Amino acid sequence: MSTYRVLPGPEHFLPPAAASMGIRLPNPGEAHIHGVIVPEEQAYEEAARQFLMAKVPTIFPGPLVLWAWNEKAAKKATAVRHLFETLKECVQPGQKPMLIPMPDYRPKYPKINPEIEINPNHPNLTIWHNKIDCCMFVGVHCHQANLSLKIIRGGTSCYTIAMCAQAGHEDAMLSFRDASVDKIMKLAETIKRLKGTVQPRLSTAKSH
Amino acid sequence: MAETQSLIGTQNKKGQTYTDPWYMLNEALRTPSFFTGSEVIKEAIRRASCDIMIAYPITPQSEAAALIGELFAEGYVGDYFRGESEFAVMSQCAGASFGGARVFTTTAGPGTMRAMENFPMWAGARLPIQMIVTCRGINSPLSIQPDTLEISYLLNTGMMVWHAETAQDFFDWILKGFIVAEEPDVHLPLALCCDGFFVTHTKDVVQLTPADMCLPPYDPYRSPVPCMDMECPPVRMMRDPFVMKSNYISYATHASWQQEVWAAVERSRKHAIRWLDGLIDAENTDAEIMIVASGTAVSQGREAIRMLEDEGVRCGLVKIKTLRPWPADEIREATKHAKHIFVPEFNVTGWLAKEIRATIPDHHRVYAGPHVCGGMTMPPEIIVSEIKTALGMKTFSLAGRGS
Repeated sequence: MSTYRVLPGPEHFLPPAAASMGIRLPNPGEAHIHGVIVPEEQAYEEAARQFLMAKVPTIFPGPLVLWAWNEKAAKKATAVRHLFETLKECVQPGQKPMLIPMPDYRPKYPKINPEIEINPNHPNLTIWHNKIDCCMFVGVHCHQANLSLKIIRGGTSCYTIAMCAQAGHEDAMLSFRDASVDKIMKLAETIKRLKGTVQPRLSTAKSH
Repeated sequence: MAETQSLIGTQNKKGQTYTDPWYMLNEALRTPSFFTGSEVIKEAIRRASCDIMIAYPITPQSEAAALIGELFAEGYVGDYFRGESEFAVMSQCAGASFGGARVFTTTAGPGTMRAMENFPMWAGARLPIQMIVTCRGINSPLSIQPDTLEISYLLNTGMMVWHAETAQDFFDWILKGFIVAEEPDVHLPLALCCDGFFVTHTKDVVQLTPADMCLPPYDPYRSPVPCMDMECPPVRMMRDPFVMKSNYISYATHASWQQEVWAAVERSRKHAIRWLDGLIDAENTDAEIMIVASGTAVSQGREAIRMLEDEGVRCGLVKIKTLRPWPADEIREATKHAKHIFVPEFNVTGWLAKEIRATIPDHHRVYAGPHVCGGMTMPPEIIVSEIKTALGMKTFSLAGRGS
């Protein structure tokens, strides 16, 4: 079993892919936290706790939920919006939840506008600009999500969560798999349940 | 997967039933058949729900490609044509795969080399194309005979590389290969290699799955990259950023992209272990002498072990099934008791022995050989002779006519 752990960075000039360090993806019904396989229930608690602790908890919805390309995507988008509204209701003064889209994967130069979007090729710009210390990817194609998650781990101290519709992401610090409307709603429920029980790290947040 | 899974139990236009792959390959009643390796390729593709097959003639894969043409004529393969060259074929395979098709091709030797530029491109674009490589000589002077040197060139392309020993491996692994390659966390091309002629042109008894069962079709919506998006990498490959920009973030993105390809190779490990029943097969791992091999060198090693047993020498065997992902832990474990490790190979450079030396502790235990190449056969007697010579045992001359 690998002793490598997927932790907030900045990790390295070029951090390794977690899979190449022996981190394995969870099976159905499981999730992973820092590369350790855990029951999915535990991941809901930890993801909610990380969101409630963060100074700028942020959701990054990708093209698979931003565009209503089928009925399921539209329902997931509604669930993501509900999650964001729940987060806003549950945070304390001084915390600033954000919802920043990753509308596509086009390389954009000279650079993206970090106020309004995140791009997988240079995600750090959005993280740094908004001082995001916890984020969740949802609806991002797996390859692009891994690309971004690894770059974020390399150059920022942001805590990354993946709500993946497929097999999950080892390059996130916490990853669900087989994401569905129910799972997104359950995360929202968990945040609501933990409201007021988690101390935000407002004064101890690392600078980016 | 829900969309594809929902087709299970329904029939395709040929009356084959889309079947749960695990049931089809592990539980359904099999029928023994006496086929060449080329015929086995045809029978596997009959059951693979392939959308398209493209190839260019080159010995020894031409027969398989022609036989799949018959499948196309019968309606089992969606489309089929001959490209202008191997380079064209592999580029056309990429186009079909970008478009969301399940793609199959076959090649060999110089054809593999000619098409080489495409293979890292396939991997980088996360295209789950399956390519059969019926290995043959690649160097001048021309040889069409078995030689596995071309495999070494595929090892660092980012493709999965599996090496079949027998026609039975071939039949099963073609079907299993599509399943592993199309997993969303893998989604990589597969080079399924065999030793040309030894496997493709010899007949063997092969247990076939029912011809009225086939794999569920490929579901491109599970792909880790958008299917056929002209604005985004990987389809947008050569037009401006990020590949053409010279700045730190472009380099970092490209580096991360490459790492993700190799991460996907690592992820294939879990699926390959499940479907191939492990990345290696090992026998007598408590023996002090081990033969570690892949492809038909395994068969020759097995016979050498039988001959050595007749002389009271106990020897173990490791059959390496997947070269990428590389079964490093499995090889270390299987050889931990060995004092002498022999690696018979059908190539001049001994690339497999180099891989094994780089994997295990105390690599002086590895004897890189025996080697044959250029189409030579490898009689088990030369493996026996190599082992006995290394152990200081009396052996006999294999090549001379006197003494």
